[in-house]
Amino acid sequence: MKSTILQTATRYLHPILLLFSVFLLLRGHYFPGGGFVGGLVASIAFVLHSVAYGTHSSMKILRYKPLSMIPIGLGVASLSMFLPVFFGYPVMTGLWLDDPVPVIGTVGTALFFDIGVYLVVIGVVLTILFTISLETH
Amino acid sequence: MTANIIIATVLVHLFTALLQLTFWRKTITQRVLSVAGSLTGFAFALGLFERVRTGPILTMNAANWEAPFGIVFVADQLSVTFVLLTAIVALAVSIFSATGVGRARMLYGYFPIFHFLIMGLNGAFLTGDIFNLYVWFEVIIISSFVLLTLGGRKAQLEGAVKYMALNILASTFFLTGIGILYGITGSLNMADLSQKIQWVENQAIINLTAMFFLIGFGIKAALFPLYFWLPSSYHTPPSAVAAVFGGLLTKVGIYGFFRVFTLIFVPDDFIKAVLMGIAVMTILTGAFGAIIKDNIRRIFSYLIVCHLGFVIGGLALFTKIAFIGAVFYLIHDIMVKTNLFLMAGLIRHLRGTMNMSKLGGLYAQYPKLSLLMAVVLFSLAGIPPLSGFWPKVYLFDGGYQGNDYLYIGGIIIGSFITLYLVARIWSEVFWKRAATDDFVVDRFKSLQWHRKTLLVLPICLLACSSLFIGLNAEYIIQIADKIAGEMADPSPYIEAVLGK
Repeated sequence: MKSTILQTATRYLHPILLLFSVFLLLRGHYFPGGGFVGGLVASIAFVLHSVAYGTHSSMKILRYKPLSMIPIGLGVASLSMFLPVFFGYPVMTGLWLDDPVPVIGTVGTALFFDIGVYLVVIGVVLTILFTISLETH
Repeated sequence: MTANIIIATVLVHLFTALLQLTFWRKTITQRVLSVAGSLTGFAFALGLFERVRTGPILTMNAANWEAPFGIVFVADQLSVTFVLLTAIVALAVSIFSATGVGRARMLYGYFPIFHFLIMGLNGAFLTGDIFNLYVWFEVIIISSFVLLTLGGRKAQLEGAVKYMALNILASTFFLTGIGILYGITGSLNMADLSQKIQWVENQAIINLTAMFFLIGFGIKAALFPLYFWLPSSYHTPPSAVAAVFGGLLTKVGIYGFFRVFTLIFVPDDFIKAVLMGIAVMTILTGAFGAIIKDNIRRIFSYLIVCHLGFVIGGLALFTKIAFIGAVFYLIHDIMVKTNLFLMAGLIRHLRGTMNMSKLGGLYAQYPKLSLLMAVVLFSLAGIPPLSGFWPKVYLFDGGYQGNDYLYIGGIIIGSFITLYLVARIWSEVFWKRAATDDFVVDRFKSLQWHRKTLLVLPICLLACSSLFIGLNAEYIIQIADKIAGEMADPSPYIEAVLGK
């Protein structure tokens, strides 16, 4: 099933959705958003792409297997949780840079925890959906 | 006071699992990592145990949030004892898994999930926050569900559905109880709850909430009315998995009982009577269920149910002497039950079956292994001076002091049936002349020596722990006495957490 309308629309929507997911990820600490929602929106972008162009071409633009994102994401989140121990604080204490970084805002361990969650969510959702769609074809 | 060592065991297993995920298809690396991770975890658990045994209760406010508001991790004697036992079991099972679990299962992530399960268990024993306890329970359930279904045989799925359905029901009860408790008191910290619950005027609603926890933990610990998920699911997965399940999973429910019913709800006469009724019925149904089974793993599953009744009875008596008996029994039980399932796995390697009617002649062929297994079986039956004997002395003493002759009768019947089953297993599996020699599939003999060692070493390790518990009972009684003191008077715990 190839639809020109859907493919053209996807060409515009795919980058917008990915940008929006990053936006959600970054504003997540103090406002609605965060790694989980951001990850879901990012995986929707790839799901839309796979509906329009087929699962194989989406896997090609992803480059890496979605499964491999799960350990990376978990690793980033766990390290951000473990980092405060080196500074003599209890595990999971939020450490923040003093000066805000332009565009992103204040950077702290919570951001890296969210990035980890973001990657895990993309990895899990895409692994499940791609496996199912490859099975059915 | 920040003591990050408290959750070191949790982190060790988390990072072990993560490392293993990056070596997804390399099963040899995963095996090495698993044993190394479990060894490190054991070292940290031992360090924590010694520190708490000789010093005060340790606490750690996660994320540096003050105690009643943030999540606090608490290491008192009860917690660290469970953590140490978990570490020993994890070490034994990860060594056994290196040869006892098929390569196909390892390719689908057996080891990472196993370490996530151990992480969940450690977290559950160490947390001081009731909602966090629920979260760790979920971690445990999800990992155990994956371990139970890996392999995807029909019998496994059938067992897993029963397991999952009842455990989700239990979680729902548990969560509802937490919700009501939070609604009444506005706190989730267990030490804080312990204080605030006394100020609640409507004590009837507190008792109602206690029933929610009783049902939730009761299902998870496989107590009387809703225990049937356990015997119908524990005989399906590989023996290494069944060993962790049999040794530790139901004990998390018991830990929940110990923690919640001494710290938050102090049982009144009604709840004590309910607990005692459940305990006696659990002993009887478990024991009678075990008699009629032929598969040794099914017998062991029913014996788990039976012996949990002893422990809950000790809690129901609610005296210090009964607590000592219950705690000592748990320590003994975790070691022995894990070992029984590992033994069942070894017997399967030796004979290709676990049905007693087809087994036989093990003693003639493998006398040393048989003697090793005899130590475990006799510990289970509680033959003095082995480990099962000492706690029963205390449980009897507690029963007589509380004039609870029903419970004493239950213990006597349960113990006799256990003894009978041990005798039967010994004569059927070890002494009886093997009837069908042609059909025996001995996969053990053809293994290389290091693989043989990997199968026998964990059984040796756990048998030595059992011997240590039995022969060095005075030391264990000191530990159990300290735990019983904490259970009888939770004020040091509350003081350590809230700092007042």
